[in-house]
Amino acid sequence: MLKTLGAQIKEFKADSIRTPLYMILEVLMETMIPLMMASIVDQGVEAGNMAHIYKMGILMVAAAAVGLFAGVMGGKYGARASAGFAKNLREAMYENIQTFSFSNIDKFSTAGLVTRMTTDVTNIQNAYQMILRMCMRAPASLICALAMAFWINAKVASIYLIAVIFLGCILMLIIRNAMKYFDQVFRKYDDLNASVQENVTGIRVVKAFVREDYEIGRFHKASGNLYQMFLKAESIVAWNAPVMQFTVYACILGISWLGAHMIVQGSLTTGELMSLLTYCMNILMSLMMLSMVFVMITLSMASAERIAEVLDEKADLVNPKDADFTVPDGSIAFENVSFGYQKNHERPVLSGVNLKIRAGETIGIIGGTGSAKTSLVNLISRLYDVTEGSVKVGGKDVRTYDVETLRNEVSVVLQKNVLFSGTILENLRWGDKNASEEDCKRACELACADEFIQKMPDQYQTYIEQGGANVSGGQKQRLCIARALLKKPKILILDDSTSAVDTATDARIRQAFAQEIPNTTKLIIAQRISSIQSADRIIVMDNGCVHGFGTHQELMETDEIYRDVYESQMSGKGDFDENGGDL
Amino acid sequence: MPGPMHAKRLPPGGKNKIKNPGKLLKRLLAYVWKNYAVACVIVVVCIFISVLSNVQGTLFLKTLIDVYILPLIGSENPDFSGLLQAIVRVGSFYAVGVGSTFAYTKIMIYVTQGSLRRLRDDLFAHMEKLPIRYFDTTSHGNIMSVYTNDIDTLRQMVSQSIPQLLSSAITIISVLASMIRLNIPLTAVTLVMVALMLFVTKKIAGLSGSYFIDQQVNIGKVNGYIEEMMEGQKVVKVFCHEEESKEKFKELNEALFDSAYQANQFANILMPLNAQMGNISYVLCALVGGALALNNLTGLTVGGLASFLTFNKSFNMPINQVSQQLNSIVMAMAGAQRVFALLDETPETDEGYVTLVNAKEENGALTETTERTGIWAWKHFHKDSGTTDYVRQQGDLVLDGVDFGYTEEKTVLHDIKLYAKPGQKIAFVGSTGAGKTTITNLINRFYDISDGKIRYDGININKIKKDDLRHSLGMVLQDTHLFTNTVMENIRYGRLEATDEEVIAAAKLANADGFIRRLPQGYQTVLHGDGASLSQGQRQLLAIARAAVADPPALILDEATSSIDTRTERIVQDGMDKLMQGRTTFVIAHRLSTVKNSDCIVVLENGRVIEKGTHDELLEEKGKYYQLYTGNSIA
Repeated sequence: MLKTLGAQIKEFKADSIRTPLYMILEVLMETMIPLMMASIVDQGVEAGNMAHIYKMGILMVAAAAVGLFAGVMGGKYGARASAGFAKNLREAMYENIQTFSFSNIDKFSTAGLVTRMTTDVTNIQNAYQMILRMCMRAPASLICALAMAFWINAKVASIYLIAVIFLGCILMLIIRNAMKYFDQVFRKYDDLNASVQENVTGIRVVKAFVREDYEIGRFHKASGNLYQMFLKAESIVAWNAPVMQFTVYACILGISWLGAHMIVQGSLTTGELMSLLTYCMNILMSLMMLSMVFVMITLSMASAERIAEVLDEKADLVNPKDADFTVPDGSIAFENVSFGYQKNHERPVLSGVNLKIRAGETIGIIGGTGSAKTSLVNLISRLYDVTEGSVKVGGKDVRTYDVETLRNEVSVVLQKNVLFSGTILENLRWGDKNASEEDCKRACELACADEFIQKMPDQYQTYIEQGGANVSGGQKQRLCIARALLKKPKILILDDSTSAVDTATDARIRQAFAQEIPNTTKLIIAQRISSIQSADRIIVMDNGCVHGFGTHQELMETDEIYRDVYESQMSGKGDFDENGGDL
Repeated sequence: MPGPMHAKRLPPGGKNKIKNPGKLLKRLLAYVWKNYAVACVIVVVCIFISVLSNVQGTLFLKTLIDVYILPLIGSENPDFSGLLQAIVRVGSFYAVGVGSTFAYTKIMIYVTQGSLRRLRDDLFAHMEKLPIRYFDTTSHGNIMSVYTNDIDTLRQMVSQSIPQLLSSAITIISVLASMIRLNIPLTAVTLVMVALMLFVTKKIAGLSGSYFIDQQVNIGKVNGYIEEMMEGQKVVKVFCHEEESKEKFKELNEALFDSAYQANQFANILMPLNAQMGNISYVLCALVGGALALNNLTGLTVGGLASFLTFNKSFNMPINQVSQQLNSIVMAMAGAQRVFALLDETPETDEGYVTLVNAKEENGALTETTERTGIWAWKHFHKDSGTTDYVRQQGDLVLDGVDFGYTEEKTVLHDIKLYAKPGQKIAFVGSTGAGKTTITNLINRFYDISDGKIRYDGININKIKKDDLRHSLGMVLQDTHLFTNTVMENIRYGRLEATDEEVIAAAKLANADGFIRRLPQGYQTVLHGDGASLSQGQRQLLAIARAAVADPPALILDEATSSIDTRTERIVQDGMDKLMQGRTTFVIAHRLSTVKNSDCIVVLENGRVIEKGTHDELLEEKGKYYQLYTGNSIA
């Protein structure tokens, strides 16, 4: 996992190495300065030697300048390395996601991918900066200060050794115990926020059923639980400050006692005593820092894992070698096709499907929820690969084509479709980058979209908000159809793409298809029988199998499911939904 | 300890400028003080003791050298008993200091967490009472970020920044006093350096701050782009648009990198800069002090200079700490501003006084009772005559000349006149934006009308207590909202005191029982993420069951538009029909069968009723309804 992430440091390797080096330089200066301070006191102030104060003063200013330079450089490179690392991580994930097939995308879920690329990366960025700036600095400072203390007076310095071990052990204990609770705290915290979120989105339900006080009561209980957990976790951490203070004070007193004896005996100077006390702070503070770094790293581990998961994910749909770049015609054949979303799933979603569709035919597909209509058509443009059997387009297995070529020839209008923020024209040109305005207009006329676009203030330059928030459901569907038409595909698949379009417009779209693009094979999935009744042939899907395949007349005679659906819809249980319609 | 990791959200536009930080701080402190006055006093006292014990230690170093060490140097048989006494004395002061530190950190936990809990509870309780309008006009992301980010910054502020500031201030004052006592010119030198440090800090913090704002803006852009593209990733694949999508991403990502780098760079520089300026301050004092001492000016002794230098160090440290805290205080103030803004929102008002009570009929007159009789009555107290009368609740609804607009400038409903006799079914049809949903939102007073009157069983609904009004109206919304809880509890949401049997009976009525029993744990199956594992049809069935268990005399139904397959639809339809039986129903209809069976069909266009009547009447009229109906017949 660390290797996967580490590989993304790339061009920021130099910065990542420079940062700790500068931090060590800063530590060196920081360790030397107390020594010079001691010298100013001992040989300068106490001896009345002004020249020495000047000399040491200049040296100290120089050391401070070097320390400042190192600190600034360390800060600069640390910032660049961590910001750069974050940039590379985001980019690497984004690029890898672009290679994902539909099944890879399904595995992660949209929200999951977004969190990984935003929150998790920010966590790693902060942790990485901390590691670069502190991970070397803190131990270096600890070691330098200890070394200096030992150099000044080994006997006194041994007190520090005891203190470091004592404080180190206690900090470890605190962290280990606290982490356990904080883990639960964070989970409880997320749960609490999730319940707030639920209340915000479901406020109408809450108010409609007059459940405000009930919800407040529930929240109060949950926040009480969180409070208890926080108390437990924080109570452990509360030991930090007093233990630290205790150790520092004990050191000061111990050194004062020992030091006093030594000064009187003449084996220590007062200046040295002062600098020993300064190192005391350096040593224990860096130990504290180290424990913070440790906590930070532990907390960011979960984020690192989630990022690595995305980076390590291999696209399970690869472009073939010697790929075919031409699709001869729009005929489709399913030969003994079985398919399941999970490879080793007991019950496949589709099984034993055999179909032959001629180029230019219009095929309707109907069937209940979960009867695998969408799964069936998704195999044609190779959004998923079959588990068994073969799907052929233009007489050749779809797996032999170059994926981009195949998808340009087999144009799918997805059930859950999306428009992107940008002008209508920009959205349409997803279908064909080089489409002229006339091309776009023509496609829109076919999809009955031109009529409402013309009524918009900026017509084809109208700006579509994120997710197509400023157009109605029916308008969105028609734009999506137009976008797919611009590919000029050999096969066009509409997956329940006119559900929000009123029936009259729906009929006009179908009519336009029949007249204007007669040579394109058209597959239309629909719930409304009126949408597919006039198709050349109709596939009735049931439970992952083809239940019937034939013309409307044939199916009315032979297929009981079809007849049942037809009768129920025509006898008044029909659709009065003109939600998307603009009559 | 860092808080739960949430991406910092972009502060709501235009609100990131803090108005009146002093007032905010006062309000925040008052909030903490209100419940923890005694604890706060103890904490302040403990911090005071803790700091003083620290300062006395620093002072002790001077006496250690001057009194206990220097006189002994050269003596044959040094007597350390005085030193031992002093160490014991200082040590016991230290012990008191450590004890106080422990006490105040521990108490602070209760103060911080307790206050935050209260704040969360208050926020939530207040939010629940806000009018629907607030949720319409405020983005949900912004509401959520109050609970996640803003409360978190307040925790940092209350638990760390405030005690830190307090102890720094006490240290600064006591050390400053000692310094002034020792030597005024040297104190002046130290103060000049401190002023310089503060000046540089302010400059750099300002610079880094503007880059941080850039960074926030860029994070917002990158996150927005990621969200949009991940949402449409399947479309990207279908159109082989990967390269274009990468290109734009790289551009945004690069801009984010630049601002993140700049912002952090300046933030990182601050600490070494202040530390080294502190060192230079030390050297300056040594030089000036040395010159003064050697020339016997201002009465500075050598020992005095040595201890002054120690003070110089202990003076710079807290200043450094304060400057480190500044950033988090600014962030907390921004958070506090948003928290209090939410708390200051005006809640839904309710001037209604007519209540809904259980009733029984005795000798032809209604009387109030505590049992659940199935008969409900409006308890209406007349102020002028001082009498109370009971009106049987039947579900007779009248809209008379109702005007309404979401904003004052734009009226969306004009002069709506409608009535529904008890048990009747009224269907609304019309295109999106015609005002169908708006009318239903007026009946249960999610919004208040601008003009006209709505009467329920002859009573103006403004006189009815909102809670009772809503109790009497069942709602099945278009988008069913399910809570993270069991199926049983989700249905019981309709009436909390319903027994398990009643819940199951309601589920049976709604045709939901069948699929619920097939769920892994049946009625005890826990739903997550707004019932993500259920199909549209199943969610609708649960919504119907929820309304059924509430058993209200009147219903508002918003039929779902999403396409469900014919067989499921038939089940849903059947459930709805059973639910509507015998109840006054307003239905926003999308299905022909619903419309056809209505007692009255209301055709809306642009916020006006353009046609009204039964199916047959309207067909004869050959108006808009006829158009809609025959449009459906094109096959």
